[in-house]
Amino acid sequence: MQNLRWKIITVVVTLVVFVALGVYPIVAQRYGITSPSWLMAKQLKLGLDLKGGVHLVMKVQTDDALKLECDIESERLRESLKSKTITFSDISTISPTQFRVDGVPQAQDANFRVAAQEVANFERGSGNNGSYVFTMRPNIQANLREEAVVQARQTIERRVNELGVAEPSISQQGSDQILVQLPGVADVERAKEIMGSPAFLELKIVEQGPSPTKEGLEVNGQLPTGMDIVPGNTGTLGDASTVYYLVRKASVVTGRDLRNARETPDENNLPAISFTLNAEGGRKFGKATSENIGRQLAIILDGRVQSAPRIESRINTDGRITGSFSLEEANDLALKLRSGALPAGLTYLQERTIGPSLGADSIRSGVEASVAGLALVVVFMLIYYKLSGINAVIALIFNLVILLGLMAYFGVVMTLPGIAGFVLTMGIGVDSNVLIFERIKEELEAQRGVRASINAGFGRVFWTLVDTHVAALISAAFLFQFGTGPIRGFAMTLSIGLASNLFTSIFVSKTFFEIELAQRRSATTLSI
Amino acid sequence: MHILKKTNFDFLRWRWHALALSWIIIIAGAISIATKGIPKGVEFAGGTVVIEKFEQPVSVQQVRAALDKGMPGGGQNVVVQAYGDPSQNQVLVRVPSTGGESGADLSKVAKQVADALKGAGLPKFSDPPVSTEIVGPTVGQELTNKGLLATGLSLIFILGYLAFRFQFSFGVGAIVATIHDLLITLAFLAFFRYDLTLNVIAAILTMTGFSTNDTIVIFDRIRENLRSMRRDSLYNVINISVNQTLTRTIITSGTALLTALALFFFGGEVLHGFAFTMVVGIITGTYSSVFIAAAIVSFWRGNAPVRAAASAPAAPPAAPQQPQRKKQRNARAS
Repeated sequence: MQNLRWKIITVVVTLVVFVALGVYPIVAQRYGITSPSWLMAKQLKLGLDLKGGVHLVMKVQTDDALKLECDIESERLRESLKSKTITFSDISTISPTQFRVDGVPQAQDANFRVAAQEVANFERGSGNNGSYVFTMRPNIQANLREEAVVQARQTIERRVNELGVAEPSISQQGSDQILVQLPGVADVERAKEIMGSPAFLELKIVEQGPSPTKEGLEVNGQLPTGMDIVPGNTGTLGDASTVYYLVRKASVVTGRDLRNARETPDENNLPAISFTLNAEGGRKFGKATSENIGRQLAIILDGRVQSAPRIESRINTDGRITGSFSLEEANDLALKLRSGALPAGLTYLQERTIGPSLGADSIRSGVEASVAGLALVVVFMLIYYKLSGINAVIALIFNLVILLGLMAYFGVVMTLPGIAGFVLTMGIGVDSNVLIFERIKEELEAQRGVRASINAGFGRVFWTLVDTHVAALISAAFLFQFGTGPIRGFAMTLSIGLASNLFTSIFVSKTFFEIELAQRRSATTLSI
Repeated sequence: MHILKKTNFDFLRWRWHALALSWIIIIAGAISIATKGIPKGVEFAGGTVVIEKFEQPVSVQQVRAALDKGMPGGGQNVVVQAYGDPSQNQVLVRVPSTGGESGADLSKVAKQVADALKGAGLPKFSDPPVSTEIVGPTVGQELTNKGLLATGLSLIFILGYLAFRFQFSFGVGAIVATIHDLLITLAFLAFFRYDLTLNVIAAILTMTGFSTNDTIVIFDRIRENLRSMRRDSLYNVINISVNQTLTRTIITSGTALLTALALFFFGGEVLHGFAFTMVVGIITGTYSSVFIAAAIVSFWRGNAPVRAAASAPAAPPAAPQQPQRKKQRNARAS
């Protein structure tokens, strides 16, 4: 008896806990009952396919980050060689991970090798006629790629947060993919533009320009050293033609030096973006502007000059980007600048948009179908197993309650296949009960007596149930591993369902049989 | 020890017929897949699917004509079909991958579809569409590889588990039955031209789990009977075990089938393929548990008397081969 009391207490406590966790928040939400927030904190979340929204998979072009590193390092080597008066004919980048130095004279070969040790992240190939190929070390490559993906994810996170989407989900998928789920976003194009554009801001001193052609800025058909030619807008309103500027290669400040950026109208009341630099950026900016009064400052965004105002006086921390922006463009650009530049380009691999109406339809028909299926099963169990069928149905309801509670607790997202997973769990629950009941029937027919039959039924079936559940868990685990979004929800639902089912069909159901037996003095018949 | 139950079918007598039937379906499925291909959902094939909801009823032909006129390339290979409940006036347009769905151009095709429909004077439709799904060309291959890997690994692990809990031959029986279910389900998907989508893959993998369930219950009974019925042949033990669990097999599969049918009829368009796969999977899973899995065990072990075969899980899993054969010979001689 003592034993049975503890079992009953366990069953009741489990029921109360899981009702509070899983069922109550749903009911309270549905009927607008105000409840303490700790009760409502863990709500069952709906997936995108049920509440509508955008699901985007993008690939981070990690090569971009490697190429940048390659450019920086080769540039550093160039400077270093110059300062050590080691001659060479050319340094050129040949792939995202390799650059090449040509024409190092035989006499300076030893000196070159010493100088080349500075670029420690690169492996120097054995020279051939004064040509050397530098290849990025594999561990550095791997690190840079990893960093680029993490940084891209963080940048996207900041931008999405600035967008003000409720409950976004941004996660890394595989080695270089990022999955973004934005519930309830209707304007996909804008969201994509905001997340995907690099927003790399550079401010550089203009040496010459604007010129209508690239060639007009070259000296003897060659780019002057330390300079770059950047395409851009003319800066006059309504003029869409491209002009070119010759700018110093080194930036005065970049987007990294920004403290803030926001949309404010300019003196003509046109949308523009004003920005504030941080202390370090302000110092650099102040020095550069005071040295270059009267020259133009190119404001370059993602490799294109937006405008090139003349520097009138020393500027310390505040500046403004003007151009032909619409109000929304200016707002979006300010948002992107605030959240920082992407370390590498993005390409979109997959896009799924589900309208809220389709999601609602899916919930309705999914739930209707599940309820219909369950009702059929319940009716069958009650007819076939008579009073013991009630026992099975109670175990089934228990299973449902525990499943809901655990899903809310673990934050499993409910998806459409997840609903199907629910139904399937119920099916497996019924299966466990059928197995046990059939066994009890067999034992009863063998004239074992009710008590012994029930014990034998549960005892013998226990390992069968463990075996079937473990096998099902194995496939659910691989399903989880392989799946994306909805499928993962399904695998999670199934796994949790299997675990809770093992508990309800063996422990809860047995306890109910024992309660039933305890009330009778002598058990000779069983309604099964 | 056991008295006979109500049923006493000689299931193993039908093993050759069962195998022949299965092979016919599998080969017919393979021919269907080889000639017509298996229709792949957009997740695997890549491309664009747009579902538009019109304010007034439109016919599929009208939409077709609009796309033929307005799409670049005359809407070649574009699939148009009514979607969901007819009263909803929803139309699904599917454009196969053009290779251009990457980077910034991902939604180019979706826009072309909307523009073509707008230009044709059809009733007003939802903007943005009810649903858009665009998959770049590289995604499908990755998914296929991952799916195959997941299926393969889960089969190997189940084989390992059953070999550990039962015997190696039982594991082989279960795995062959599972592969059988996979092939039969694929064949039926090909016959009825259901798209192979992620949801369908989920259903297939689940149903293989379900079928293994069934198989394990029967194996478990065989294992139990092997201990108590040492004089009988394996053939008899298997038959008796299948018969003893038959009621349970029928009830379980029946109730699962009920829920799957409910999903199929009331689950809505999105769950259609999923539910169809479940229905097929449950039927073939039950069939393979009864006719295929145990038959494989009897092929594998021959029709030796039980005494030789009765090594319960307590015994070391890899029973030495030599003594076993000797025992068999002895048994035959006696």
